[in-house]
Amino acid sequence: MYNDEINKIKKELETAFNDITTKEALDAVKQVYIGKNGKVTELGSKIKDVPNEAKKEFGIGVNELKNIFNENYEKISKDLEEKIVNEKLNKEAIDVSLPGTHIEVGSAHPLERIIESLENLLMSMGYDVVEGPEVEKDLYNFELLNLPKGHPARDAQDTFYIKGDEYLLRSQTSPVQVREMLRCGGSEPIRIICPGKTYRRDEDDATHSHEFTQMEGLLVDKDITLGDLKGTFEEVAKMLFGEARETRFRPSFYPFTEPSVEMDISCFNCNGKGCSLCKGTGWITVGGAGMVNPIVLKNCGYDPNIWNGFAFGFGLERLAMLKYGISDIRTFYVNHDIRTLKDFDRREY
Amino acid sequence: MAISLNWINDYVSVKDEDKVALANKITKAGINIEMVKDTAIDNLVVGEVLECTNHPDSDHLKVCKVNVGKDVLQIVCGASNVRAQLKVIVALPGCLLPDGDKKFEIKKSNIRGVESNGMLCALFELGLEEKTEETYSKGICELPSDAPVGENALEYLGIADTTYELDLNPNRTDCNNHIPFAYEVAAVLKKQVTLPDVSFKELDETIDNQVTLDVTTPNVYMYNLMIAKDVKIKESPKFIKHRLEVAGVRSINNVVDISNYVMLEYGQPLHFFDKDVVGDKIVVRMAKDGEKIITLDKEERDLIKDDILITDGNTPLCVAGVMGGLNSGITESTKNILIESAMFNPYNIRYTSIRLGLRSEASLRFEKPLNYEYCLLALKRACHLLEKYADAKIVKGSVSYDKVDKTPKVIKVTLKDFNSILGMKVEDNDVKVTLTNLGFTYHEENGEYEVEVPNRRQDIYPQKEDIIEEVGRLMGYDNIKPTLPLIRTKKGVYRDNIKFRKIVSKRMRTLGFNEIRTYTLISEEDASRYSYKFNTPIKLLKPMLKERSIIRQSLLNSIMEVVNYNLNKKNKDIYLYEIANVYSEVNNEYVEDTKLAFVMTGKYLSNTWNSLNYNTDFYLIKGVLENLLEYLGLTNRYSLKLSENLPKEIHPKINSEIIVDGASVGYFGKLHPNVTKEDIYVCELSLTSLFTHKTSDIKYSELNKYPTIEKDVAFVVDKSVLAEDLVKDIKACGGKLLTNIKIFDVYTGDKIEENKKSIAYNLTFEDKTRTLTEEEVMTIFNKIIDNICHKYNATIRDK
Repeated sequence: MYNDEINKIKKELETAFNDITTKEALDAVKQVYIGKNGKVTELGSKIKDVPNEAKKEFGIGVNELKNIFNENYEKISKDLEEKIVNEKLNKEAIDVSLPGTHIEVGSAHPLERIIESLENLLMSMGYDVVEGPEVEKDLYNFELLNLPKGHPARDAQDTFYIKGDEYLLRSQTSPVQVREMLRCGGSEPIRIICPGKTYRRDEDDATHSHEFTQMEGLLVDKDITLGDLKGTFEEVAKMLFGEARETRFRPSFYPFTEPSVEMDISCFNCNGKGCSLCKGTGWITVGGAGMVNPIVLKNCGYDPNIWNGFAFGFGLERLAMLKYGISDIRTFYVNHDIRTLKDFDRREY
Repeated sequence: MAISLNWINDYVSVKDEDKVALANKITKAGINIEMVKDTAIDNLVVGEVLECTNHPDSDHLKVCKVNVGKDVLQIVCGASNVRAQLKVIVALPGCLLPDGDKKFEIKKSNIRGVESNGMLCALFELGLEEKTEETYSKGICELPSDAPVGENALEYLGIADTTYELDLNPNRTDCNNHIPFAYEVAAVLKKQVTLPDVSFKELDETIDNQVTLDVTTPNVYMYNLMIAKDVKIKESPKFIKHRLEVAGVRSINNVVDISNYVMLEYGQPLHFFDKDVVGDKIVVRMAKDGEKIITLDKEERDLIKDDILITDGNTPLCVAGVMGGLNSGITESTKNILIESAMFNPYNIRYTSIRLGLRSEASLRFEKPLNYEYCLLALKRACHLLEKYADAKIVKGSVSYDKVDKTPKVIKVTLKDFNSILGMKVEDNDVKVTLTNLGFTYHEENGEYEVEVPNRRQDIYPQKEDIIEEVGRLMGYDNIKPTLPLIRTKKGVYRDNIKFRKIVSKRMRTLGFNEIRTYTLISEEDASRYSYKFNTPIKLLKPMLKERSIIRQSLLNSIMEVVNYNLNKKNKDIYLYEIANVYSEVNNEYVEDTKLAFVMTGKYLSNTWNSLNYNTDFYLIKGVLENLLEYLGLTNRYSLKLSENLPKEIHPKINSEIIVDGASVGYFGKLHPNVTKEDIYVCELSLTSLFTHKTSDIKYSELNKYPTIEKDVAFVVDKSVLAEDLVKDIKACGGKLLTNIKIFDVYTGDKIEENKKSIAYNLTFEDKTRTLTEEEVMTIFNKIIDNICHKYNATIRDK
C-alpha cells in the first residue's frame, strides 16, 4: 500500500534538486516536499489509513524519503552558501599594490644616533651616562683640569665667557668629569661617559662650528694601563666602523692627560691602502685620550698614589661625518631639509 | 714654517736617510710631520752658452750650443737675455719640472724645424720664484761666471733640500726650531747632536763702560747684552737666504737675517739695536698706562702697565719680545750693534702681542717658556755669525741680568711604573737606551731611576708620567697590547633625567616627528620671541656675531627658521621636534631648563591616491600632547586650558596652557596670523618641570562584572561655554556611579540658534558590586539635566 507513491516520490527526488542555483529555488523545493502541504508531509499523514501490520513498513518508507530529501537539501544549501560568500569576496577585491596609509616615521638626529650607539656599548661596559651644565664655571672647565689662568688654550680668543673670567660656555665636556670626581670625593672608582654640547669661538664654515658636540669618558680605578684604554677604544672603533677596523695610538698632548694619545682607526674607505678620505695615510684620527694627569686627580680629590685611570673624548660631528658621509659640519645645525632627515628614520643594526 | 733637512744635517747626520721613512719615524714619536717636500730636481745642471744664433724661422727664438759638461747640446731658447758666454741652468731631457701639483717632463723636441735638446730655465720655471710680470721679464736665470759647468744647479745654489712641514702639539712648539728638532731626529736615529760653532775673537776693549743695564721688573727673567762693532750691511749668503725662505722668513740683509737665523736654530729670539742710536744705557721696566711708542711698522702704539718696555732711560726703544721701536733698529747705515738675548714672563708677552695685534715669530716663541742655556748660546752664536758674515768685531764680555732658577728637574721613576702605566713590556735596557737617545741623564739602582731633564725640555713637568710618556712614545705605542680593565662589573645607567628625555624623544619620533638640532646662541631680537616665563637672559661678554650673542630661552624661534626653510623648498608637511637645554639668570644664579618644542603643519596622515587627508589642526596637536602625557603616566593629572597670557606669537583664541598637577609646564597653539600666513601649530614645554611629576607603579584592575547603563543627552548652550566645564559639572552631579563621560557630537548650524552650540554627551553608569536599576539611574540622569540646564541656561536638544 502506497508503495507506488513512495517510489514515485523517490524517483522525483532524484532530479528535484537539479539546476538549483538560488536559495529561493531551494526553498521552493522544500515547500513542494516537506512543507505544510508537501508531498512527503501529506503522504506521511496517511499513516492512519494504513493497516496496523503495514504501518511499520510505511513508516520506514516515508522516513527514507525524508532522509533523502534532507541529505540533498543540506548539501545544496551548503554549496549555495559557499557560493554566495565567494561572490561577496570577489566583489570586495581591491588593488593591494597601492600605497599603504601610515604616519611617517620620525627620524633621530644623526648626532643622537651616534650618541645612543656609543651609550649602548659603553653602558654595557659599566659606564654611567652623566651630563653637566653648558653654562659652566671656569674652575671646572679649565682651572682644575690643569689649564691654569693665562694658559693659551683658555684664552678669550677661544672661549665664550659670560661673566668676567668666572663663567663661560663650556669649551669641552671635561668639566663633567671634574664634577663627578668632586662628587665621589676621592674614595670611589668612577666609570662615566658624558655627551653634550660644547662651544668655541670658531667661525662657522664647512669644517668649523662655534657649537659642537663631544662625548668624553672617564675611568678612575686602580692599576689601569694605556693598554686598557686601547682595548676600550678598539671596542668603540669596531662598533662604529666595523669589525675589520684596526686601531693605533699616536703620541699627543692634552693638559689633563699624561701620557696623551691621538686615537686613529684604519681607513674604512680604502682599508688602509691610502685614499682621499685618509689623505693617503691609511689612518683616520677619531679622538683624543690619555691617562688622567695626576695633577688633575689631585685637583679633584683623588690621591694619584692610589688611583689612576684614563679619559677619552670624541668629536661627535666628526664621527657622524665619517660614518654617514656628511661633508659640511653645518648640516647638523642649519637648513634641516625634511627630505634629508628621512635618511635617518630607520634602524641600522 | 718648515724644517730644512740641509740645515738639520749641520747638527745630526741625515744625509743618507730616506727622508720619507725618517718623517714617518719622527711622526710616530709624536712630532707630527704633515708634509715632506723635496726641492731637489734631477737632470738640472749648470751650463755655459757657447754659441747663440738667430733661429732661421723666428724673429725672437735663438738657437744655442750649450756646454753641459759631458756634452754640448743644441737648445732653442726664447728668452731675450740669452747670449754667448752666459752661465745658465739647463733642464736636460728627462728632467721633471714642477707644474702646479704635477710634474712636467722635458723632452727632445723640434721647434719650428730646429732640434732642441732641453730647456734653459728661469727661476719661476723651477718653482723657486713666483711667476709674475717682473720675474718673467727678467728672462732666464743668469748664474755667476764661476759657476761649475755640469754640476747639479740646485746643489750649486745650495737649495737642493728636503723640507718637513710640521703640525705640532702645543707643548712641543720648540720643534719649530732646528736644534730642538735635531734632538728629536737624533733620538729616533739613535745619534748624537753636534751644536753649532759659537766661537769668535774678542776685541781688547770691554763692554763695561759702553753700556749699563738696569732691570726694574720681575717679569724679566734674564737679560743679556753684547756689542758687535763695524758691521758691513750687505746681502746674506745664499744658504742663509734659502734657509730663511724655507722657514717662511723674508730675507732683509745679512745682519737682520742673522738674528732670525739664530732664532730658527735655538728658538731664542734676539733683538739688535743700533748701538749709536741707543747710547750707553738700557733700562728695562714695565710701561706706564698711556705711554706711547712708534714701532718699526711706523704705527704709534698705546701701552699699558702690563707691557714690558726696553728704554734708554728716557725714550722707549722696544716693546719687549713683541716689536722694536722705529728709530733704534738696524738700518743700511748701522755700524755698531747692541745684541739683546732675553727671557721674559711669557704671559706678559702673550697679552701684549695679542692686544697690539702683533704676533710674530719672535713673540710666539717668547710666549712659551724658554731655555736659559740657549739664551746664552744664541747670543754667542749671533756674534760668531756676525763676525763671519758681516765682518763684525766683538766687544769683550757681556752685560747680564739673571734671575733664572737653574735647579735641574729630577724625576724619580721605577721600571715597574713604566710597565704598569704603558701596558706594554718595558725592560731595563729599553729605558736606558731610550733615555740615552733622548739625551736625558739618569742614575739607576735596582730598577729605580733618577732622571735629570735637560733644560731644553721645558714642556716636561716634574712627575713620573712625563718620563713614562717620553719612553713610551719613542718605544712606539704600537707595542701596547689592547686589554680591557680588570675591574668589578656593574651595569651602566642613565643618570638623572636623561632616560626620561630619551623616552620623550623616542615617543615624538613614533608620533611622526623628525628630530633637529639648532644653535643655542641666537640674536637678541630672536631671543625676545616666544617669551613664556622668561628670566634674565644670559649674554656673551664678547660675541663673535650679533646673530650669536645670547643664550636662548625658547627653541621655537630656531625651529621656525627650519620650518620656513622647508616651506621655501616646497616641503609642505613638516613635523619637527627639538630637545635642548636653555639657560637664564635668576637671582645671580644660572638656571638650566631642558625644553621640548615641536611644530606641526600640513598633512599628518595622507594617501594621495585615495584623497585621504588628515591636515594638522588644533585638536591634532592637542592629541599629540595628550598621547605624550598619557604615555608618561600623567593620565588624569593634567589639564589643558585656553590662556590669555601666552607669547604674542600665539593665536589668542586657539591655544592651551599645559597644567600638570596644578603647575603650568608649557603651552601649545596655533601661530598668530601676524607671524605666518600658514596654519602652523607649535608646542613648547619644560621637561625639567615635567620630570618632577613622578608617576606611580602600574596596578591591574578587574573589569566590572555587572551590566552598565548608558544614557545620551545633548545640551544646547551658548557658544562661549566650554565643553570641559560641562563635563566637570556633570561629573560632580553624577556622583560615583557615573564612571565615564564621552563627547560624541558637537553641532552648530541652522537647526539651532545662531549663537548656540549643541554638545552631545554619552554617560556610563555602573556599580562594581551590584546590578543598577533603571529607576536609580534615571533619578541621577534627571538631576544632571536639571542642574546643567539651570546653571548654563541650557536646553535639551530633540526633546
